[in-house]
Amino acid sequence: MSLKQKLLDLFKRIEKAQTGGGAKAIEKQVAMGKLPARERITTLLDRNSFHEYDLFVEHKCADFDMDKKKLPADGVVTGTGSIKGHPVGIFAQDFTVAGGSLGLMHARKITKIMDHSLKMGIPLIGINDSGGARIQEGVNSLAGYGEIFYRNTLASGVIPQISVILGPCAGGAVYSPALTDFVFVVDKISKMFITGPEVIKTVLGEEISMEDLGGAKVHTEITGNAHFFAESELECFEQIKKLVSFIPWNNKKKADPLPAKMPRSNYNIENIIPLDPKKPYDIRDVIKAICDDSDFFEIQKSWAANIVIGFARLNGETVGIVGNQPLVLAGVLDVDSSDKAARFIRYCDAFNIPLITLVDLPGYLPGIDQEHAGVIRHGAKILYAYSEATVPKITVILRKAYGGGYIAMCSRHLGADFVFAWPSAEIAVMGPEGAANIIFKAEIAGADDPDEMRKQKVLEYTEKFANPYIAAANGHVDSIINPSETREFLIHAITVSANKSEVRAFRKHGIPPF
Amino acid sequence: MNNYNIKTLVIDDSVYETGLTKKYLNRKTYKPVDQKRVNAFIPGLIQKVFVKVGDKVKAGEKLLILEAMKMQNIVNAPVSGIIRVVPQEGILVKKNELLVDIG
Repeated sequence: MSLKQKLLDLFKRIEKAQTGGGAKAIEKQVAMGKLPARERITTLLDRNSFHEYDLFVEHKCADFDMDKKKLPADGVVTGTGSIKGHPVGIFAQDFTVAGGSLGLMHARKITKIMDHSLKMGIPLIGINDSGGARIQEGVNSLAGYGEIFYRNTLASGVIPQISVILGPCAGGAVYSPALTDFVFVVDKISKMFITGPEVIKTVLGEEISMEDLGGAKVHTEITGNAHFFAESELECFEQIKKLVSFIPWNNKKKADPLPAKMPRSNYNIENIIPLDPKKPYDIRDVIKAICDDSDFFEIQKSWAANIVIGFARLNGETVGIVGNQPLVLAGVLDVDSSDKAARFIRYCDAFNIPLITLVDLPGYLPGIDQEHAGVIRHGAKILYAYSEATVPKITVILRKAYGGGYIAMCSRHLGADFVFAWPSAEIAVMGPEGAANIIFKAEIAGADDPDEMRKQKVLEYTEKFANPYIAAANGHVDSIINPSETREFLIHAITVSANKSEVRAFRKHGIPPF
Repeated sequence: MNNYNIKTLVIDDSVYETGLTKKYLNRKTYKPVDQKRVNAFIPGLIQKVFVKVGDKVKAGEKLLILEAMKMQNIVNAPVSGIIRVVPQEGILVKKNELLVDIG
């Protein structure tokens, strides 16, 4: 055979392997609003940047007549490429080949690209679209899942790991995305659950649709398993590109800076916040009034909306922002919002992203349901995450910061490097009403007009304690600043923190209240 | 998600104007557990009943076997008392259905 013939033979083999499950299966996939696996990769990555590996890998299963079945690329496409010039490792399960089912070689292709990504120090993107374990391969497909989970864990905090759910992802398969940093879902396409509607019906007699059990909306609004929701695959890919632009390649690098941009003029910081600490506003307007180009990339928008988290840039540098949201449940901390913030704080700390905390909260949410759901254990996560973080930590207290909530929101006491407060800040053990009712209980009860006395005492307490000056007098706050100077103070604080280093006692790892 | 109806939330005697989440609005109100009423913790089949109405039982005594997910679950009396209600053997019960009432 001449080289030319050998090349022709190669091309034929490539073409055959790349047809996946064949024209009919691909047609079915497309009809569901889903792109074929390779097209997903080439759409997401920079043009012509994708290089595929392991195209000719074949499964080794001989049971149940599997030896007679050829599964092109064993149902998963793997390779490397780039997103806006950032190198990435990527895999995409091919639902058209045996339902994207995971057998041992399929898993080995995935673990190989995971190992590569970890060694090269580049982000890993996994596109999940699979019916689950390849039952014919038995325990070997379980081995495959386990080997993936193990690597997800070893790579955690070393390289960014992004999971994209573009089809079913059920049973054990859900745990790989759950171990990764960010999960993207698409309306009506993504489905994630441990046990499906069939099993639930058989065992519990309860009927539920796949969509209501584990659809994209469920995971963005109820469970918090997903971080980003999109209406279509294309919108989802744009979100991934944007995320990648905010984060570093690995934990030894910083995110690439962009040229600095001023916030847009339609966000005037002085007009956003009502002075009355009991009136709501949207904390995202404050964030947009501070950050570059008013561009705030929010994460987990629709879950635990009483806390807002996301990436933005200050003077071109990526920062992670955590802010209480007075528009939702008065911005309280509770089980879900503590979980949400704590994980994000740890992400930022792992990837050298400075943390900006915007504080305006009345405390923790009272309630039997909260106590029984373990708000002690969950609330502790946020304390742990902030205390553990060694990236620059800068806190701005906008309005109320009461009680345990004040401590938890990256106070000086949890190691904040800089704490600024607006003149509207109220840093106190609790709100004036509650404090007056306790401190002046006897006087109020004994007064001729208890209501009038209560009002008077609340006012007294407000005047004396509902301000930032007592905290400032104790050095718990570094500066009381004009709100319009917030951006400038933050940029300065980040600039002087560029070489921050904090040495902690050696330990294998801490024991956070998981 | 921007369209929150502004309601009120009371924390430490202060009344805050704010939006309320679906989860908050749908939170379960707490009901103390009535130990005398034994409910099905899982749907299943009443495979065997060891007691009858009028029997005196001691806490920890076997009441019945509830078969679910191919497992025979032995249900014991949480408290001592006199049996008021028992299920029939062989019937299917739903989750949280009353099985035994110990008066």
